[in-house]
Amino acid sequence: MEKHLNLTLHVWRQKNAQAEGAFAEYPARHISTEMSFLEMLDVVNEELIRKGEDPIAFDHDCREGICGTCGCVVKGRPHGPKERTTSCQLHMRSFEDGDHITIEPWRAEAFPVIKDLIVDRGAFDRIIAAGGFITAPTGTPQDANALPVPKQNADLAMDAAACIGCGACVAACPNASAMLFVSAKVSQLGLLPQGQPERYTRVRDMVARMDAEGFGSCTNHGECEAVCPKGITMENIARMNRDFIKASLLYRPEVAAGGAG
Amino acid sequence: MQAADQTLGTPEAQAPGFLTSSVGRKVVMAVTGIILFGFVTVHMLGNTQAYLGKEPFNHYAELLQTMVHGAGIWVFRGVMIAAAGLHGWAALSLSMDNWKARPVGYRAQQMKSATWASRTMRWSGVVLAAFIVYHLLHLTVGSAHPAFIKGNAYHNFVEGFRVPLASAFYIVAQLCLGLHMWHGVWSLTQTLGWVHPRYNKLRRGLASALTLLVVGVNISFPIAVLAGVIK
Repeated sequence: MEKHLNLTLHVWRQKNAQAEGAFAEYPARHISTEMSFLEMLDVVNEELIRKGEDPIAFDHDCREGICGTCGCVVKGRPHGPKERTTSCQLHMRSFEDGDHITIEPWRAEAFPVIKDLIVDRGAFDRIIAAGGFITAPTGTPQDANALPVPKQNADLAMDAAACIGCGACVAACPNASAMLFVSAKVSQLGLLPQGQPERYTRVRDMVARMDAEGFGSCTNHGECEAVCPKGITMENIARMNRDFIKASLLYRPEVAAGGAG
Repeated sequence: MQAADQTLGTPEAQAPGFLTSSVGRKVVMAVTGIILFGFVTVHMLGNTQAYLGKEPFNHYAELLQTMVHGAGIWVFRGVMIAAAGLHGWAALSLSMDNWKARPVGYRAQQMKSATWASRTMRWSGVVLAAFIVYHLLHLTVGSAHPAFIKGNAYHNFVEGFRVPLASAFYIVAQLCLGLHMWHGVWSLTQTLGWVHPRYNKLRRGLASALTLLVVGVNISFPIAVLAGVIK
C-alpha cells in the first residue's frame, strides 16, 4: 500500500573537485513509498530548482539496476540498506516516516569527487584497458560449439560477468580496495577458453594498474561481497590471487628474437 | 608504426615486481603468517610438558638448545626473525597504502560482515609484537625476570608466572593472539587462493579450532601456576 513519508536528508554538497565539501540538510516532504530512491532525489531537486538553488548532482542512467552508473552511500551502506540492490532499485518503502538519511559519495583516493555525489570512476576503465580484454579473430564467425566450455565454468564466468562496475565494493571496503571488481573481471575471462591466451599477463597487468590507481588491498573483511548489488563473491578474489601467484612464479620476460619466424 | 608498438605497453612497463604489488605483499603476509602460526602451535605443544614436571620440561629445553650441536636453535631463530620481520614489513607497507586509499572517511559507515577480529588485526598485531619482545626478555634472556636461572627453564617458567602482572600481560597477549589467529588463519587461505565451496566451512572451522586450542592451552599455563597446579 502506498504511503507518504516526510524525511530529512543530510547530503554531501561539493561544488567541484577542488572545492571543500560539506553536509547540507534538506527536507523531503510527501515522498511516496512507491518511488525509487533516485526519484525521491528528483523530487527534492525540483524543489531546489524552484527555489533557484543548485540541484543535488548524482549519477544515474538506466534506473533498472543494470548499468552501474548510479551509486551513493545511503545511511552508511553503499546503495542503501537493501541487499543485492542498486541505488536506483532501492525503493522508499525501505525507509520509515521521519527518518534522517545521510547521503555521501563513494569515498576513495582513486574515485575523486567531481560534484556532490558524483565520483570519477575512470580508474576502473583504465584497469579494464590494462588487461580486461581478449584477442578475438576477425572474419567469419566459427561454429558456436567449436570451443567446448564446461557448464560449471560457463556458470561461474557468467556470475563474475554480472559485475556492473558500480564501485560499491570500493566504497564499502575499509581499505578502499578494488579487488572484488578486478577479480570479477579477471575471472570472467580466465574461466573461459577465449580468455586463456592472455590469462597470466592479464592478471599481472590489471593488478599493477589497480595498485597504480591508488586502491587499497584486501584484508578479507567481506564488506565488498555484502554490498555488491550483483552478488559477486570473494571466491573471485581467491581465483585472482591464485592466478597472480602462478603468473609471478612462472613469469618469463618476452624475448625480442622469439617467434620472429 | 610497428605491430609491437601498438600493444598497450609492455608487461615490464606496467607490471612492477612481486614484492611491490599489493597481492605479492599479501602473499608474503600469508606465508610468514603460516610460519608464525605454525611456530605458536608447536611452542604450545612443547610447553604442555610443564604439566609433566621439572625433569621432562628441562630435558625438552636442553634438547632444543643442543639440537644439531647447538646450531639448530640459531637456524630456527634466523627463520623466525626473518618471518616476523617480513610479516611486520608487509603489514606496515600494506596498511600505509590502505590508509592512503581512503583519505576522506564516511560520516555514517555501517559494517555488515567485518568482524571485531578483522577490524583489530593491526592493533592485535602491534600488541603481539610488543609481547614477543617482552616474552623474550622475560623467559629467554631473563633480564625482565625476577629470579632468572640460566638453564633451568622450569624454574623460570614457574617463578615468572607467579608474578600476577606478568601473568596478566601474558593472558591479554594470548587473547590478542586469539583474535589475530582467528581472522589470520582464515584470511591466509583466501590470500593464497585455497578457496572451494566444498572446503569453505572447513577453513572457518580450522581457524576456530586452532585458535581455541592454542589460546586455551597457553592461557592454562599462568592459571595453573597461580593456582598451584604447576609448582
